[in-house]
Amino acid sequence: MIRTGKISKIAGPVVVASKMKGARMYDVVSVGNENLLGEIIELEQDRATIQVYEETSGLRPGEPVVSKGMPLSVELGPGLLNHIYDGIARPLQLIMDKAGDFITRGVDVQTLDKKTKYTFKPSVKKGDTVRAGQILGTTKETSIIEHRVLVPPGVEGKLKQIESGKMTVDEIVAVVSTKKGDVKIPMKQVWPVRRPRPVSEKLLPDVPLVTGQRIFDFMFPVAKGGVAAIPGPFGSGKTVSEHSLAKWCDADIVIFIGCGERGNEMSDVLYEFPELIDPKSGKPLMERTVLIANTSNMPVAAREASVYTGITIAEYYRDMGYDVALMADSTSRWAEAMREISARLEEMPGEEGYPAYLASRLAQFYERAGRVTTLGGKKGSVSVIGAVSPPGGDLSEPVTQNTLRISKVFWALDAHLAYSRHFPSVNWLTSYTLYDESLAPFFNKNIEKDFTELKKEAFVILQKEAELKEIVQLVGPDVLPENEKLVLETAKSIREDFLQQNAFHEVDSYCSLKKQYLMMKTILRFHELAGEAIKRGVKTAELSALPVKEKISRMKYDANFEKNAPSLWKQIEQEVKA
Amino acid sequence: MIKEYSSINKVSGPLLIVDGVKGVAYAELVKIINDSGEEHMGQVLEAMEDKAVVQVFEGTGGIDTKNTRVRFTGKTMKLGVTREMLGRIFNGKGEPIDGGPQILPEKERDINGDPINPFARHVPEDFIQTGISTIDLMNTLVRGQKLPIFSGAGLPHNMLAAQIVRQAQVRGKGEDFSVVFAAMGITKEEALFFKNEFERTGSLEKVVMFLNLADDPTIERIITPRLALTAAEYLAYDCGMHVLVVLTDMTNYCEALREISAARDEVPGRRGYPGYMYTDLATLYERAGRIKGRKGSITQVPILTMPDDDITHPIPDLTGYITEGQFVLDRGLHMRGIYPPVNVLPSLSRLMNKGIGKGKTREDHSDVSNQIYAAYAHGNEVRDLMAVVGKESLSELDNMYLKFADAFEEKLVKQGFEEDRSIEDSLEIGWSLLKILPAKELKRVHEEYIKKYHTPEGKPEETQAKGLMVPPKEPRKRPNNNMSKAV
Repeated sequence: MIRTGKISKIAGPVVVASKMKGARMYDVVSVGNENLLGEIIELEQDRATIQVYEETSGLRPGEPVVSKGMPLSVELGPGLLNHIYDGIARPLQLIMDKAGDFITRGVDVQTLDKKTKYTFKPSVKKGDTVRAGQILGTTKETSIIEHRVLVPPGVEGKLKQIESGKMTVDEIVAVVSTKKGDVKIPMKQVWPVRRPRPVSEKLLPDVPLVTGQRIFDFMFPVAKGGVAAIPGPFGSGKTVSEHSLAKWCDADIVIFIGCGERGNEMSDVLYEFPELIDPKSGKPLMERTVLIANTSNMPVAAREASVYTGITIAEYYRDMGYDVALMADSTSRWAEAMREISARLEEMPGEEGYPAYLASRLAQFYERAGRVTTLGGKKGSVSVIGAVSPPGGDLSEPVTQNTLRISKVFWALDAHLAYSRHFPSVNWLTSYTLYDESLAPFFNKNIEKDFTELKKEAFVILQKEAELKEIVQLVGPDVLPENEKLVLETAKSIREDFLQQNAFHEVDSYCSLKKQYLMMKTILRFHELAGEAIKRGVKTAELSALPVKEKISRMKYDANFEKNAPSLWKQIEQEVKA
Repeated sequence: MIKEYSSINKVSGPLLIVDGVKGVAYAELVKIINDSGEEHMGQVLEAMEDKAVVQVFEGTGGIDTKNTRVRFTGKTMKLGVTREMLGRIFNGKGEPIDGGPQILPEKERDINGDPINPFARHVPEDFIQTGISTIDLMNTLVRGQKLPIFSGAGLPHNMLAAQIVRQAQVRGKGEDFSVVFAAMGITKEEALFFKNEFERTGSLEKVVMFLNLADDPTIERIITPRLALTAAEYLAYDCGMHVLVVLTDMTNYCEALREISAARDEVPGRRGYPGYMYTDLATLYERAGRIKGRKGSITQVPILTMPDDDITHPIPDLTGYITEGQFVLDRGLHMRGIYPPVNVLPSLSRLMNKGIGKGKTREDHSDVSNQIYAAYAHGNEVRDLMAVVGKESLSELDNMYLKFADAFEEKLVKQGFEEDRSIEDSLEIGWSLLKILPAKELKRVHEEYIKKYHTPEGKPEETQAKGLMVPPKEPRKRPNNNMSKAV
């Protein structure tokens, strides 16, 4: 149903239109003579309040507003990967081709390329009974990702017709005769971004999302399908952490949302990702990545939509049976966009001017993460890692607090660590993960039996260090007994030789689980032997002056450490005993 | 379509509410003429079917609700731009105030600009040598970056900015450069300091100045930086120049933003600043950058004074979230007579890794800078410890760190206002400092660089003298024509 009304008021990104009776909440509208894209966010009698995704200057009262009769949706299909989109899923490259280097208004481009032909290979036969979520066939989307064409949600019946061969995303690949009549299915699906895609069942996460970052994998692991929050003040390394995760995590598909952040950072990702090689497949990382960039100077309403666009694409790939990781940098900017629009609507503000529905919106978004059995019976997951930018680094502010209530993993970035260039600057005393128990069997089974034991031991030493430091602050380090000095020494080694990881180093940027285990084992092996030596009357200072200590400090840069570890252990034994 | 009304219903602070208007465009430019013929400029903030809210830029003094006429021009705010703007001085709304003729614009540009398509951006990666060690060595500035100076009242941020403008160059390239300087609410004295500085160094003909001084209308400050950036975009992307934009003082800009917000009865965010301040600042800062296939670039050095030196105050806080790092000036260092008083610990350049290393500065740059950071941070911890337990109970190693931290401030941070150090000079000082520490402690430096640059003891006298006395040579002379200078 198409409704035409006219503009009666313009205030920044919020436009009020009259004569809109019959238009529905969250319907997409085209606003003004320039056909700016907007969405209805409030209805009152025949008046509709619209948030506009583009700059509104120059609009006049009286210009037409046309409802498109459908909610804000995203086109899903082959060709999504390897591209960069704005907050409402318009490919930035096409916008550039059409409008030049600057983003102007009313550029009409579509998400998917309608001309490319994909080779569709059917995996069902005519006459088969198919149900929602089932795979109809596959096509090679990029050299590493096979795109699985699914029966859309809500469709069930006998397969009347199935095609094969080269097709565009719009061409019909299958016809299903259902109770309500024949349904024609192209490779493309359209899905409203604010509605979660249905699943058959949610599962408990029990597989870790391996990131190659020691502080995350070894100390505070996140599960596939889990939710992690990274809050931290500016300059504490949120973005570098998010980038490292996007580069190295072992998900099949990575969705990276630059939500209200810096343009130069997005261009950096665009430059770097095509050159980075996925350690598993040997192909460029970009081939498994979707980038969504709505930089801070692009319209706020589109920023508000960008996280939904991102998670809808993530769910779509999850439904194919993939493990998807979604990074949102930063969710605070998204919340601020909500606040800005709420203020323009003159809604009653909640805490710090944020709308009262902030908590429920955040919860709804994060609940779309999870490990699931899809409608088609496959297992897939969406893990969400959200950066939070608390003003002034104050974690008591509403966005951080509401995020923490939902997320299971908390990676607390610490400005003081960042100042001393301890990166990733994750504070090991305040961070936590609630997946420890559920992931322990995986680590102990797949890496080494005493994996979790080692981890506990490391935590004890770090905790002890924090206590001892308080004493040292009061009375100086000299009064400590030798065995406590050793604890300080080992804790220093854990901090510097293990927790610190150089995201820009050719070897150290990625560390396998096995290597992580061996590194920690080495440090603790030294600790154990040194403890015995101290009982024999050796001084800690002598032990820390041993040449092998330098070798320990360089193990992170050793590409073959998995092979070299035993010889290092031998050296430790010899030197400490001598 | 020009329409004129004399139906002002309400005047409140910088806002007018005009009744009975028809077909007014959002954000269109408005002229307000009072009965003595005085003209004010304004902009539509809210457009309704029969009413418009207008923000007046030069204050609402002299406006009445009976005779004052409001003329809607039908145009959004534009700035006429031309290459001839170089060497000229304009007021906060873009009119020449240097006594020269009006400029003849080649093009008219919307002062709000359009966002650069992230896909069209070129990654900033050209090292800019500022000749200041704390910047070049520790927090490298690159072309297309936005890197603010966080300062406090009474700290020498203006000197630092002037030194950056004077010394900044991309080495080995004789490219066209220019400076766009926008002042928001600074004093006449400060404005004169910059003008004289530009004159003294012979770069005035390469500078465009937009001055909104402390006694100019507050509201005008909202448009001043936008005018400056519009001019900068023209010079960069149309004329192919490398433009360094200095915006000072962003704190005054934010105050003006708060004033308007309060006048509009908006729901205030933290400390009364509007909730959209992040977005608003972003529309300024994000105009820095480079574009693929175009020659020029815009590098921004905004200056802001942190109220009460508080880095968590909304202004520095939101700025830090948008800009690619920050230089933080420190009162403690300033009191000890160290110029420039850059506290490197909270300072940061996010794009540093793009601009340094082999072929750009030197292979060991990243390692050296990281190591110095870690060592200085530890040195500061030791200082705190010493304050409690005294120097005697410190270990030998801790004493070395203490010595390192002192030497770092004295030799590397401290330098003259006229002193222009090359990156090699800065690296040399860096290595001479690292020699205070045993090689085993240099965990962040690749072994090969330690072998190459960390000459062990043996002739400590000589190396120390050589390293720490930089610059041993006479200060580099400025090239006369300035042509080798580029930002």
